[in-house]
Order: sequence, then structure tokens, then C-alpha cells
Amino acid sequence: MFDLLLPTVSQGLLWSMLALGVFLTFRVLDIADLTVEGSFPLGAAVAAACLVKGGNPFTAIVLAAIAGGLAGVITGLLHTKLKIPALLAGILTMIALYSVNLRVMGKANLSLLRVDTVFTYLRNMGLDNNMSIFTVGIISTVLFVLAIYWFFGTEIGAAIRATGFNPQMIRAQGVDTNHTIIFGLLLSNALVAISGAFIGQSNGFADVGMGVGTIVIGLASVIIGEVLFGTRSFKNSLISVVLGSVVYRIVIAVVLQMGMPPNDLKLFTAVLVALALALPLFQNKINKRKVAE
Amino acid sequence: MLRIEHVSKTFFPGSVNEKRALNDLNLQMNPGDFITVIGGNGAGKSTMLNSIAGVFPIDAGKIIIDGEDISKKAEHQRAKYIGRVFQDPMLGTAAGMMIEENLALAARRGKTPTLAWAIKDSERDDFREMLRGLDLGLESRMTNRVGLLSGGQRQALTLLMATMNQPKLLLLDEHTAALDPKTAEKVLNLTLDIVQRHHLTTLMITHNMRDALRFGNRLVMMNAGRIVVDVEGEEKEKLTIPDLLALFEKASGSALDNDRILLG
Ligand SMILES: Nc1ncnc2c1ncn2[C@@H]1O[C@H](COP(=O)(O)OP(=O)(O)OP(=O)(O)O)[C@@H](O)[C@H]1O
Ligand SMILES: [Mg+2]
Repeated sequence: MFDLLLPTVSQGLLWSMLALGVFLTFRVLDIADLTVEGSFPLGAAVAAACLVKGGNPFTAIVLAAIAGGLAGVITGLLHTKLKIPALLAGILTMIALYSVNLRVMGKANLSLLRVDTVFTYLRNMGLDNNMSIFTVGIISTVLFVLAIYWFFGTEIGAAIRATGFNPQMIRAQGVDTNHTIIFGLLLSNALVAISGAFIGQSNGFADVGMGVGTIVIGLASVIIGEVLFGTRSFKNSLISVVLGSVVYRIVIAVVLQMGMPPNDLKLFTAVLVALALALPLFQNKINKRKVAE
Repeated sequence: MLRIEHVSKTFFPGSVNEKRALNDLNLQMNPGDFITVIGGNGAGKSTMLNSIAGVFPIDAGKIIIDGEDISKKAEHQRAKYIGRVFQDPMLGTAAGMMIEENLALAARRGKTPTLAWAIKDSERDDFREMLRGLDLGLESRMTNRVGLLSGGQRQALTLLMATMNQPKLLLLDEHTAALDPKTAEKVLNLTLDIVQRHHLTTLMITHNMRDALRFGNRLVMMNAGRIVVDVEGEEKEKLTIPDLLALFEKASGSALDNDRILLG
């Protein structure tokens, strides 16, 4: 059991960038953004294509981030300029990205077994496979949490947060909420694509279907993190989301160990998220009953 | 200062729900004017304020502030001239952000946000002083989320945010209507205090006739998308509530119908 812990935590860290991206849209902007399901495999595809062509892993990840950011901008434009509801705008981009991802990879699945990934670099420096994944996970997670924390302490970051809470209020302060929404979606999907780029490299392949269910995984991480580790402040929320991603991976590892068929994973996650989203309702009912007694 | 020239606005044009909310509206405000606005349900009072603030585009006419035609400008572009407080205490602040974060956003009203810190240490002392002026004890709660405040506290905070860097025009849309009478009185006095201190040009909608008479140097009454009564100065000072009702009936040809209006 214990020898599974390090790889499980490492996976949680690599996925935490997806969770942070989902947190930025779902919690900060108050938008359920399904672009994620396309920008995650997009990140993996762009990074894989770059690596296969002999690019270095750093370039691959930067390109993945740019591609993901662009996908977010598209959704943002559809939503703000064309007034398409955010949910639908995300779905449109997601569907379009399916074709884009096939084009980027040239086929449905791109193997990375014979190319140098970010993890091979660390292995060449003497780390074993588990340690190299953990190292990449922990360094990138810490870097991104710090960067996000800094950014949301700036004027632009504060304007984006305010947009999520009360667009009318921040417009009355002279901020163009179209810009803040587009920018928030850009950041979110860049993070998601980076997560995809890392996961693709750690799995050893990029696959056009690897985005299915990622929004639910992101939501599960955000909600588990919030429930277990709190939302006292923005900093607290960011750390909760990362820990939520790790806990989610541990939960999954445990139920698999207990014999749940892997095919049922998505069903399990969906039920988990549905229950977690309904939690406030249950709590209200319980509180009411308490008051009534 | 503010000129509204022949402004019209129809909601849902061409449909069965078509509603002409402003009908060739004209108003000229002088610098320092404090105008109270009353009128029946659906007379177009809120629509007038929303048109000035740019919440939606107007169909015809011009809105001019200090000689500049702002009719075509987006809502966020007009914000640098205009401070606003809404009827709903939830609308003026970001509930999930701290009091000081809200104040810092308001302190930058009309400026394009940059990558500078959203709030500087040096500002906090100023904010604390301003909050102390509200006399609600908020100066010791600057890092509380605004969502924790009562409606009256939120309205007072919104008022402070709307006025802290002296807008050319202050728009108040029944900003005390959602508060209990005692709190409403407090927020109204605060309003008067701030408006006088900064000599703010102010448009205040109210459904309370007494407040409309008590506050401001000028009073307008609206009916069917137009201003039908406009009194100021000494003439306004001398008005009583029966005078007002009579004036309204004479100008509009019908009695004032507003189910929320308070006569006394
Ligand atoms: N955003 C909107 N969309 C559609 N119709 C609107 C909108 N705002 C106002 N109206 C309609 O325009 C008319 C004028 O409304 P407005 O809110 O300006 O009245 P008011 O004078 O503020 O009334 P009240 O005293 O009830 O607040 C009403 O018939 C209203 O239903
Ligand atoms: Mg109104």
C-alpha cells in the first residue's frame, strides 16, 4: 500500500494544475467552463507533437500553455462578444478542439515512449521514475500556486475576482467585464493545458480521448479540497484545491485497490461530485430539522 | 454639468411587451445640484439613472456630462465620472471580498487595472479614517468579507465607495428603500453629509415624499417617461406634501400612483 503513496501523490500534484484551472473558472469567475475537456488533451497533444519533433520539454509545456490559453480566449469571445451562454460556449470550443487535437497529433494517439520528456531529463540526472514525477509535480505546483497568489493580489487579479462575485459592481468601477472574463478563461485553460502536457508525458502518450471527464475530476478536486481544508482566504482556497486533487487521487487509488473495476471510475467520480455539490442542500435540511426540534 | 436631451428608451420594441420607459426626456443639471426624483410605478426613474450610467444603450437623444457626449460610451467607460448606489444592498459591493479590497477597487474607479498591487499599505490608513467617518465600527473589520455586513452597513460602504474619489455625478436609486426606517435614516444623513462635504452633483430617486422635500435643492417628478414637475430653491423649500400631490395631478392629469410611496 505504502509504495503506492508517492506515485499517487505525484499524480495528484500533476493533476492539481487542472484543479487550479477549474477553480479559477468555477469558483473565481463563477462560470462552469467545459472548454477544459478540450484544452486538457490539447495541452497533451501540443506537448507530445512538439516532443516528437525533437523539441525540448520546456518549450513543449510553454506551447501547450499558449494553446490552452488561446482555447480559453475563444470560449471567452464566444461568451462575451457573441453572448453565447458560458456553458454552451465551452461545449462549442471543446467539440472544435477534438478536431484540432486530431490535427495537432496527426492521429488519435501519439506515443512518447521513445522520446525525451521532462521526466526522462530528471531520470538522466539520477532520480528514479517515481521521484522524477514527484519532483516535477511539487516544483510546478508550488510555482503555479505562488504565481496565481501573486497575480490575484494585483489590480487585474482583483478585478477578475470581483467580476466573479458581482459583475455589475466592478463595471461601476470602470472595469470592462468582457476583458476580465476572457482573461480569466485564458489563465484557467492555460493551466489545464499544462496539466494535460504533464499527464501526457507521465503516461507516455497523448490521446484524443483523454479529456473525457476532466471537468468532473477538476470539480471533485475543488470541492473535496474546500470541504476538507477550508476556504478562509484566497491563499487557503488555492492550497485546498491542490490538496483536494491529491486526496482525490488517493481516494481513487484506494477504491481501485478495494476491487472497483477501473471502468466504473467515471461513474464513481460523477456520483461523488453530485453528492458534494448537493452537500449545502443536505446541510440546510439538517440545520432546519435541528431548528425545528 | 449633466444634460439629458430628448432621450427615449423603449424596452422590447415591436413585441407585445413593448414598453416605452423614457419618452423624449430632458433634464439639465447645474454643478452642485442635489435633485430628488419621485414618480409613480414604472414612471421611468430607474431607467433614467440606468441610461445615464450606460447600463443599456438609449434609442434616441444625447447624454452630456461636462460638455462631453457620453451617450455612445460603454458602462465601464462612464464609471470614471459616475458614482452609483443601488436599491439592492447586494449590488454595490463584492460580497466575497474583504472590506478593504472593495475600497481599493473603488479607489481605482475609472483607471485601467494594472499588475500593481491591488491594495497598497499606505492606502489602508486612509481607508480606516474613511470608515471611522461612517461611525459603524467598520474601521476595525477591514479584513472581513463584505458578505458578513448588514444591509445598512453594506449600503453605507457602497456610498463611501461611490463617493471616495469625488465623482462628477452621484446616482442614488432608492438606496435606502431596502433598509429598516432607523438604518435608512442613518444612511440618508450620511448621504447628505457626504454630498455636502464634497459638493457632489446628485440625483436621488426616493419613494418617500418627505425625504424628497427634506433633501436637495431641487425636486423633479416623473410620469410616463418624462419629467412633469421641476421645482427648485425657495419654491421647493416652501412645498408641502399636499402641494406636491396637487402639482403632480395638474401636470400629469392623474393622481400619483405608486404602491410603495410614503407620504409622511
Ligand atoms: N431592464 C429592463 N427590461 C425591460 N423592461 C424594463 C427594464 N427596466 C425597466 N423596464 C420597464 O420600463 C418601465 C419603467 O421602469 P423603471 O424601472 O424605470 O420605473 P421606476 O420609475 O423606477 O419605477 P419604480 O418606482 O417601480 O422603481 C417599466 O414598465 C419597467 O417594467
Ligand atoms: Mg425604480
